[in-house]
Amino acid sequence: MKKLIAWFDERIPLTKTWNIHLAQYPAPKNFNFWYIFGVLATLVLVNQIVTGIWLTMNYVPTAEGAFASVEYIMRDIDGGWILRYMHSTGASAFFVVVYLHMFRGMMYGSYQKPRELLWTFGMLIFLVLMAEAFMGYLLPWGQMSYWGAQVIISLFGAIPYIGDDLTLWIRGDYVISGATLNRFFALHVIALPLVLVILVFLHIIALHEVGSNNPEGISIKKPKGSVPDSEKPKFEFHERFTKKYDIVDAIPFYPYYIVKDLVGIGIFLAFFCYVLFFAPAMGGFFLEPPNFEAANPLKTPAHIAPVWYFTPFYAILRAVPDKLMGVILMFAAIVFLFLLPWLDRCKVRSIRYRSNIHKINLAVFTVSFVVLGYLGVKPATEVYTFFARVFTFLYFAFFILLWFYSKHEKTKPVPERITK
Amino acid sequence: MNKLLKTCLLAAVSAWSVATLAAGPTVPLDKANVNLHDKESLQRGAQLFMNYCLGCHQMQYQRYNRTFRDLEIPEDIGAANLQFTGEKVGDLITNTMSTQQANAWFGTAAPDLTLVARVRGADWLYTYFRSFYVDETRPFGVNNTVFENVGMPHVLQELQGVPRKTYESRMIDGEMQDVYVGIKTDGSGMLTTEEFDTAMNDLTNFLVYTGEPMLLEQRRIGWYSFGFLLVFTILAWLLKREFFKDVK
Repeated sequence: MKKLIAWFDERIPLTKTWNIHLAQYPAPKNFNFWYIFGVLATLVLVNQIVTGIWLTMNYVPTAEGAFASVEYIMRDIDGGWILRYMHSTGASAFFVVVYLHMFRGMMYGSYQKPRELLWTFGMLIFLVLMAEAFMGYLLPWGQMSYWGAQVIISLFGAIPYIGDDLTLWIRGDYVISGATLNRFFALHVIALPLVLVILVFLHIIALHEVGSNNPEGISIKKPKGSVPDSEKPKFEFHERFTKKYDIVDAIPFYPYYIVKDLVGIGIFLAFFCYVLFFAPAMGGFFLEPPNFEAANPLKTPAHIAPVWYFTPFYAILRAVPDKLMGVILMFAAIVFLFLLPWLDRCKVRSIRYRSNIHKINLAVFTVSFVVLGYLGVKPATEVYTFFARVFTFLYFAFFILLWFYSKHEKTKPVPERITK
Repeated sequence: MNKLLKTCLLAAVSAWSVATLAAGPTVPLDKANVNLHDKESLQRGAQLFMNYCLGCHQMQYQRYNRTFRDLEIPEDIGAANLQFTGEKVGDLITNTMSTQQANAWFGTAAPDLTLVARVRGADWLYTYFRSFYVDETRPFGVNNTVFENVGMPHVLQELQGVPRKTYESRMIDGEMQDVYVGIKTDGSGMLTTEEFDTAMNDLTNFLVYTGEPMLLEQRRIGWYSFGFLLVFTILAWLLKREFFKDVK
């Protein structure tokens, strides 16, 4: 075995990569509950890719055959329904863990210098993930697949001058048709997953370059020679990390966080299996009831609602009376998230040591996001639209206020070291 | 902070309560008694479906032999009693009415019923079956309180009898008014009201089964997965505790 590894090490950096990224990678020792979601997102990504491969083996990407082929998988393929439900549950689970992962980043200021690029890669993953989910949702070719896609694609029609040509180009037809289904299939199973995997790779490389943040928001890298040997951790870290700095309060990712994450994975999978085996439609939020009816271009459903993970942005879109402005605001809601590292000018990262204003601001933002998500599944009545406007305002107010108060924020004193 | 949070919560809660009110008036649905373990009920439901529904409504995603196996009907008995037009036992449950014919006869295609329970819900179906009533203004002489201006005739009339909307005179605010009290049959059907309700529950049960034929297996595997994950998580936790003894 040793010989074999040596043989590989001479030809490819096997042990070195293992050590740098796992066995000798210094991770702050104080990771809490919120630090599980990155690992879970990776797990769900693998789940989506693997189940997706098997689903494509029997899925037929044509307007005539798509709906029936999904039911064929559900009924006639051995274990086909497990694969399909793993994939459909995984789609929602992906957004659950990604939203919580992003929230963690916002709480502990993980986007701040030097992690701006890390955050940007993460946001790109989020953006591609939304495109991936949107295109995947067309594939079962149910009523909601069809009409949801109709609504979303028609948004691009609001863009002046090029709008109509653009929607035509996206659909490949004057209406959503087999041509649209075909290209969405190609993008969903090849193009976007490829981009997603590359972005995840870059996200992790960027993370391991700058190192993980932690709930205290303080660095575990101290100037070389500033830490007495007695205070250094007894673990061996790769010289790539120890060459320039003294590492404190850290433990190697492998085995410590691997075994810790196994516990989190077990608990997560229990939730996942609950949905998968006992509530795969999740009360109509993960699989919408009208989507069990094959797409019918001549019959518009009474109420078209996107899947839950898009509803906060959908609510923002509907809150604006003008279609173009609505589209702009909806995209702005995502653009502002991209800009977070530059909007937050505070030097203190973690919410633990930031001002009350910031705590309130983040709380209001979180509530706004959740309420907008709720409003997005409801019909746009007068009352709902009023609330959607209020919470859209609060959503954007978070970023604007942040820019103003963060420069001279009254923060609490930040400790030098992570204390247990 | 608390005040702002409270305001937000209040707004959220009021939005929620308005949602409940805004749902609007719909016919209250009767509760269906769905039990997928009751194979006899499912078999009776299948019989009703094959005899009364399949003429117009297909079940094009579900196969005969799968249905027989899940409902514990021996294949030869199933083929002899539930297949009428010489299909193979492995065939999908389809009929030969074309969309053109359906459009000509009913003005619309008869929807496929494989997944109807997942679209409408069991309670809706159970109530719908029992909510036809005589309405001479409609092409087939019947209407439905759950599905207004329904496009199909009351095919189960020979079982139920002729159902009519009935009213009672009641004193309301000092005036006698006719109040709608429900649909009553004239008793000319082959079944009593109770028997008809049971039959419709069987049919609903069957349609819930065809919507998710894997449901019982799904639940069973689900419990196994919980068992596995419980052991897995406990072992992982013990392992974590052991390793983290190193971490001060």
